[in-house]
Amino acid sequence: MEDQSISQSAPAAEEADTSQSRGLSAGVDDQLAPSTGGGKPRPSRSQAIFSALHSLLVPFLAVVTALLIGGVVIFISNVISPPVSTSPLYGNSPFNLTLRAYQGLWVGAFGSFDNISATIVTATPYIFGGLAVALGFRAGLFNIGVEGQIALGSLAAAAVGFNPAFAGLSPWLLVPMCLLAGCLAGAIWGGIPGLLKAQTGAHEVITTIMLNYIAIQIVSVVVNAVKPGNGQVRTPDISLNAHLPVLIATSTGLKQIHLGPIIAILAAIAVYWLLWRTTSGFELRTVGTNPSAARYAGISVKRNIMLAMALSGLLGGLAGAVEVTGVNFYHSQGFSAGYGFDSITVALLGKSNPFGVVIAALLFGALKSSAPSMQFYAGTPQDVVSIIQALILLFVAADEIVRYIYRVKSRGEEKVVLTRGWGG
Amino acid sequence: MQICGTDFWVTLINLLSNTLEFAAPLTLGALCGLFCERSGVVNIGIEGLMLTSAFFGFIVGSYSQNPWVGIIGAVISSVVLSGLHAVLSIRFKVDQIISGTVINILAVGLTGYLNRLFVDSGTLPAAVTLPKLGIPGLDQIPVLGALFVQPPITWLAVILVLVANYVMYFTRWGLRTRAVGENPGAADTVGINVYFMRYANVLIGGAIAGLAGAYFTLESTGTFETGMTHGSGFIALAALIFGKWTPLGLWGAALLFGLSQGLSITFQALQQSSDCQFGVSKDVLVMLPYILTILVLAGVVGRAVAPAADGQVYEKGR
Repeated sequence: MEDQSISQSAPAAEEADTSQSRGLSAGVDDQLAPSTGGGKPRPSRSQAIFSALHSLLVPFLAVVTALLIGGVVIFISNVISPPVSTSPLYGNSPFNLTLRAYQGLWVGAFGSFDNISATIVTATPYIFGGLAVALGFRAGLFNIGVEGQIALGSLAAAAVGFNPAFAGLSPWLLVPMCLLAGCLAGAIWGGIPGLLKAQTGAHEVITTIMLNYIAIQIVSVVVNAVKPGNGQVRTPDISLNAHLPVLIATSTGLKQIHLGPIIAILAAIAVYWLLWRTTSGFELRTVGTNPSAARYAGISVKRNIMLAMALSGLLGGLAGAVEVTGVNFYHSQGFSAGYGFDSITVALLGKSNPFGVVIAALLFGALKSSAPSMQFYAGTPQDVVSIIQALILLFVAADEIVRYIYRVKSRGEEKVVLTRGWGG
Repeated sequence: MQICGTDFWVTLINLLSNTLEFAAPLTLGALCGLFCERSGVVNIGIEGLMLTSAFFGFIVGSYSQNPWVGIIGAVISSVVLSGLHAVLSIRFKVDQIISGTVINILAVGLTGYLNRLFVDSGTLPAAVTLPKLGIPGLDQIPVLGALFVQPPITWLAVILVLVANYVMYFTRWGLRTRAVGENPGAADTVGINVYFMRYANVLIGGAIAGLAGAYFTLESTGTFETGMTHGSGFIALAALIFGKWTPLGLWGAALLFGLSQGLSITFQALQQSSDCQFGVSKDVLVMLPYILTILVLAGVVGRAVAPAADGQVYEKGR
C-alpha cells in the first residue's frame, strides 16, 4: 500500500512540473531543469514505478538501520542496568529482552484494532506538522517553530471551545470555529518569522525557535489566568459541541478515530494540489529552488516567503486545534513539547512530499503510541523511541551514509533545496 | 540610596554580576559558532552540544565527585558530538542546517534516555558544583568587589573571548581559518588543507560548547533537567550574528542578552516585596531575552555579512 501511493504520486508530480513550468515561463524552466527534469523525455509507466520504488529504498533502509542501532542501544542498556520490574514477562537475557522490546513495539502499534486506532490518532498531528515543515522546505524555508504554532493553535481552539458564550452553538458551527481559530493563531505565529525574513532578512531558524519559547510563556500566562480550580495547570474542558465527531469507536473509548485523520489526509491532498497544480504553488517552489530565477521571472520572493511561512504555520496551528477538539479536549501546558522537531524528521523522511509525509507520520504514530507497550514488555525506558527517531533523521538526512553502507547507487533523484545560510 | 527595600548599589552590582554570569554560556556558545562558521561550517547544533555536555558534565562530575573532572567529561562529550556534525557536513555533504538539527534532536533523545537510566536508578551520587573564584585584591573592594567573584567558567568565557580574538586575527591558524571560510578554493590553491581546517575548527568549537554545557550543570544549577538549556544555543547564534562574526562583537551581544536575563531576574526579585509592584508578570519578564533576540536579528541581519563560504560544501576540484 505504501509503495502504491508514492508510485502514483511521483509521476503525477513530474507531469505537473513540466506542464506548469512550460506554460508559465520557458526561461525559468531552464533554470529549474535539474529539479523538474523538464527537458528529459517522459519515462514509461514501468520505469516510473521502478524509479519511485527506488526512491523509497533509501528511506526504508534508513528506518531499518535506525531500528537496528536502536536495538543495540537497548541491548547495551539492558546489560548496564537490567530493567527492574516484577512483571512475569521479565527474567530474560539482555538479548531476549531486546527482542521483547521490539515485540512490544510491534504489538503496541499494530497488535489489535484499538492499537491500530491509537497509532492512527497519534500519527495525525505528525501529518499536519510534517506537512507544515515540508511546505516550508519546498519554499526554501526551515520552519522549526511548529511546536509554538501547535501550542498556540491548540490554545486558540481551546479558548473558543471552552468559552461559555459559544457553548450553546451547534457542533456544525462550533467545531469549524475552533479549527479556524487554531489555523489563524498558527498562521499568525508562522507569519511573523515570514514577515521578518522577507522584510529584514532575519533567519527563520532563529526567529521561529525564539517564538517557540515566547509561545510557551504566552500559554503559561493564559492558562494560569483561566485554569480551573482543581490545581491542574490547564484550560477548562471545551464544550461537548466542540468535539470532533468520532468515526470509529474503540473498546476503551480512548484514542478513537475521530474526524482529524480525515482532515489530515485532506490537508495532504490540499498541499499537494497547491504546490503542484496551482500557479501560487509553482511560484512557491520556484522561490524555493532558485530565488534569483524567481525574481528574474517577476515572482515576488518576499510575498512568497510570507505566504509560505503563514501557510506552514496554519498547518501547525491546525494540528493543535485538531488535537484539542479530537483528543485532549483542553489545552495543557507542555502538550506541544517535542512536536516541532519530530515534524522536521517526518518531513525529511517523507522527502517533503505530502503523501510521503503521511506515511512517515504513520511510522511516527506507531513508534510513539507503542512506546508504553515496549516499556511494559521489556522494561525499556520510553525515551529510547526518541533516540530511534533521531537516528532515523540522521540516516534520512545523511542518505550518503545509507548508500555507503548498503552500496546503493544514486540515480540522480530530485533533490529539494532545504534551507539557505544566513546570507539570504 | 534605597530601591524597593534594598540598597540600589547592591542591586546594581548584583545585576551586573548576574549579567556577566548569564552571558557566559551565550559567549561560549557563540565562540563555538565563531570557530565553525569562520571556517565555513554553519552550526545550529550548538544547543544540542550544550545539552549533551551539560548532561555528561553532571554525570561525570557526580561519579567522580570532582567538578573539574566533570568539565573534562562535558568537553569530551561535546567534541564527540560535534565530530558527528563535522563528518555529516564535511564528509557526507549533508545540508549543514539539517545536520545541526540532527545534533539537536539526537541530544534531546540521548540525554532524556540516559537521564532516565541513570537518575531513575536512584544510585546517583550527590551533585557537585564549581566554587566561585575571586580576583585577589579586587574582590576586597566594598560592594563593587562582588563583581569580581565569579565561578570559573564565567571567567573562562571572558578569557576565551580574548584568546579567540588573538587566534583569529593575529595567528597563522586564524588567517587560514578565515581563508577557508571566505574562499576555500583559493585557500586550497595556496596549499591550505580545507577539510583539515574545517574539521579542526568544528572540533575546537565543540570543545568550547562543552564548557558552555558544563556551565548549566556544574556552575549554574548543580543538577540536570531535560531540555535545561532553553534555547541558549540559538540565542548564542543570534549573538554571533549580531556580533558580526567577531569575538569582541559577539561578546558584546552576549552581554546584552545576559543583561536582559539579568533584568528579568532582578525585576522578579524586586517584585517579591509588596510595596514594589511593576505589574509585569513573571512570564512576560521571562520572554524578554527571546523577544530581544528577535528584535536584534530583525534590526541587524541585513547589514551583517556572513563569511562568504559559510554553509557551503567544499568539493576539491570543482
